[in-house]
Amino acid sequence: MAAQDLSVFVRHRDDGVASMELAVDGIRCAGCMQAIEGGLAREPAIVGARVNLVLKRVSVEWREALLRPEAVVERLAALGFKAYPFVPERREDGAASEERFLLRALGVAGFASMNIMLLSVAVWSGNSGDIDPVTRDFFHWLSALIALPTAAYAGRPFFESALRALKAGAVNMDVPITIGVVLALVMSVAETWNHGRHAYFDGVVMLLFFLLIGRYLDQLMRRRTRDLAGNLAALKAETATRLAADGGATVMPIAAIVPGDLVLVRPGERVSVDGIVETGRSELDQSLVTGETAPVEIGFGQRVHAGTLNLTGALTVRVEAAGQGTLLDEIDRLMDQAVGNRSRYVRLSDRAARLYAPVVHTLAASTFLGWLAFGLPWPEALMIAVTVLIITCPCALGLAIPAVQVVAASSLFKRKIMLKEGDALERLAEADIAVFDKTGTLTLPEPEILNPQALPPERRAEIGALAAASGHPLAQALARALDASRAAEDVREERGQGLSVGQGDDERRLGSIAFCGAEAEAARVAALYPGASLIACRQGSFRTVLALGQALRPQARETIAALRKAGLQVAILSGDRFEAVAPIAAELDVTELHAGLMPGDKLALLERMGKQGRKVLMVGDGLNDAPALAGAHVSLSPVSATHLAQAAADIVFLGDSLAPVAAALTIARKARRLMLQNLWFAVLYNAVAVPIAIAGLATPLVAAIAMSGSSLVVTLNALRARAHGEARP
Amino acid sequence: MNIIVILFPLALGLGLVGLGAFFWCMRSGQYTDLDGAAWRVLQDDDAQAGPRGGVSGSDGNALG
Repeated sequence: MAAQDLSVFVRHRDDGVASMELAVDGIRCAGCMQAIEGGLAREPAIVGARVNLVLKRVSVEWREALLRPEAVVERLAALGFKAYPFVPERREDGAASEERFLLRALGVAGFASMNIMLLSVAVWSGNSGDIDPVTRDFFHWLSALIALPTAAYAGRPFFESALRALKAGAVNMDVPITIGVVLALVMSVAETWNHGRHAYFDGVVMLLFFLLIGRYLDQLMRRRTRDLAGNLAALKAETATRLAADGGATVMPIAAIVPGDLVLVRPGERVSVDGIVETGRSELDQSLVTGETAPVEIGFGQRVHAGTLNLTGALTVRVEAAGQGTLLDEIDRLMDQAVGNRSRYVRLSDRAARLYAPVVHTLAASTFLGWLAFGLPWPEALMIAVTVLIITCPCALGLAIPAVQVVAASSLFKRKIMLKEGDALERLAEADIAVFDKTGTLTLPEPEILNPQALPPERRAEIGALAAASGHPLAQALARALDASRAAEDVREERGQGLSVGQGDDERRLGSIAFCGAEAEAARVAALYPGASLIACRQGSFRTVLALGQALRPQARETIAALRKAGLQVAILSGDRFEAVAPIAAELDVTELHAGLMPGDKLALLERMGKQGRKVLMVGDGLNDAPALAGAHVSLSPVSATHLAQAAADIVFLGDSLAPVAAALTIARKARRLMLQNLWFAVLYNAVAVPIAIAGLATPLVAAIAMSGSSLVVTLNALRARAHGEARP
Repeated sequence: MNIIVILFPLALGLGLVGLGAFFWCMRSGQYTDLDGAAWRVLQDDDAQAGPRGGVSGSDGNALG
């Protein structure tokens, strides 16, 4: 195999030091962190290594002249960690700078609210005693001096968002916030000017502080999602063999392949790019893309898709897209249709906001008019109306949902489940029917040995090496299933028969049933595993027959049972033939199954379920599932899924087991319950606080206590989304 | 009440120092890996590893 070339991932510094970011599989604890940093530090050429335990990444710096980037990966492998380099996002990236601005605004608002509170407490206690009006005015002016610049700086995210919404002719949560903040500041300045007793500078700044916390958590959640998506892409560690103009072959990470490159795909390799075949003929296993397990003939000028398995012949492919994937026109059209369906969902927080804004504004306006009618002069009536706006400002509402999302997402992450959309939790909790794809979702993506007991452990390595020597797809699958890394030498291959090595009594054979003379064993195995491919091996008098086929993912049965217990109906939608789906469905005890579906059929079926008011949870991995994943109420896909399926799914889970599906549902339901509790608490809080404000009894002290108290309660409640007794990762 | 003239700038100044410290922490990447920092403090390997043990603070910034 040609050498790996990782140079695309390396960043160079002027002083001859190169650096690279790697996503590392299996960093779990502080011990791993120490092992990696200590182990790399012992290498003289490595200047520094630093593990990020949250992101499961390591940054390595080394002297360029002394070490090649590949050696860094090897060094990590020697320490027991599989590392996958990737291109880190640039610092000037829009979302990252947005997040830094929010954190800075949060810091400023925190500083200002503390300092103003210092002055306000003095005024409050003075107001109930005998404060000198001159001192009070002085304190109020000082508060204004801090509050006005703070509001201008830290309030920007809300003002800008409100302006954007108004320009688009819409109203969002930020419009009432902006109106409340501006009115409160203006009234407080006017009050201070007139030597009044109450000013709400503290309330305004504290309000901004709490709202910014909610906003920051929301942003954090999105950033984490994006980082994890970056890790996922790196963990797939896809490579392609690029052919240079002079015929030389280099194994390149997929990130370095550009459209127009010529790529070699050997038999038994998975195609990692989309493109057009230039030379060669072969058969492709497209099961991961279309769900169909029977191989398809392919030749010059035909299109191949990433994720398909090349079976019989070598192909050279002109790349059209690498990494993100091009689409069949059909799938492309269906994706547009599916995304249209999805956008009808309104997030919980937006639903709350739609109710909130009109109610609050009507309340404030009627308070103003009411007091006017009652005979109060207009400045005082306006002041009371403004306190209504301040006290109802959605502090708790702004925190209620992001806080739960962040806690629940980190709880999911510890179970190796990655949330890609914040509102996916709400949607997952609502699901009432679970729809599974078969190939690659209920079953493992690679064929497995269905009867491992037929192979004595001491022969595993030997047979694996023999299998690795062949280009036959079945032998290749066997070699992968046995983790064979090295091929046996001096192997004779008889086409259509099998492989043999050694002479006389020492001869070992692997191949067809007849080649090994294992008819008796084969009949027994075939009866046990109908539909599986059989491969036999023989050495002297020892004969055994292995059945290779699609094995169920671990814990598939338990997961289906758990989903049923949670009240979900379970169905299977497959692109494969009915005969291939039926045994799997029977084994999982699923009665509702649809086989032989085209991608459009899947989407149509989901739409029909949607029209009947069903909330569909779709689990799938193939290119053919992507429209269905995008169109379902909520969707999950395993990390082994094709790029497009993963991009369309809301949640991605790592590992072979199917158990994360049930775990995600449990956590999502708990999170939704807590979100609703929080929203109801916000309603209850307003039911108590608003009458006080309307009555004109809400002094700045009352506003401060109400705001901080409600935010605290909501945050503490959100912390309960952490699963109890969960194992540390 | 003249004491206020001294106390108030003092309080504000201390607050500003805190704010400055917060900004410094942000810029030097102290918040990039909160889980890791929690464990790192428990490691006592600097004694044996000597000057080459891990990465010094400034290197961490460059990497962060």
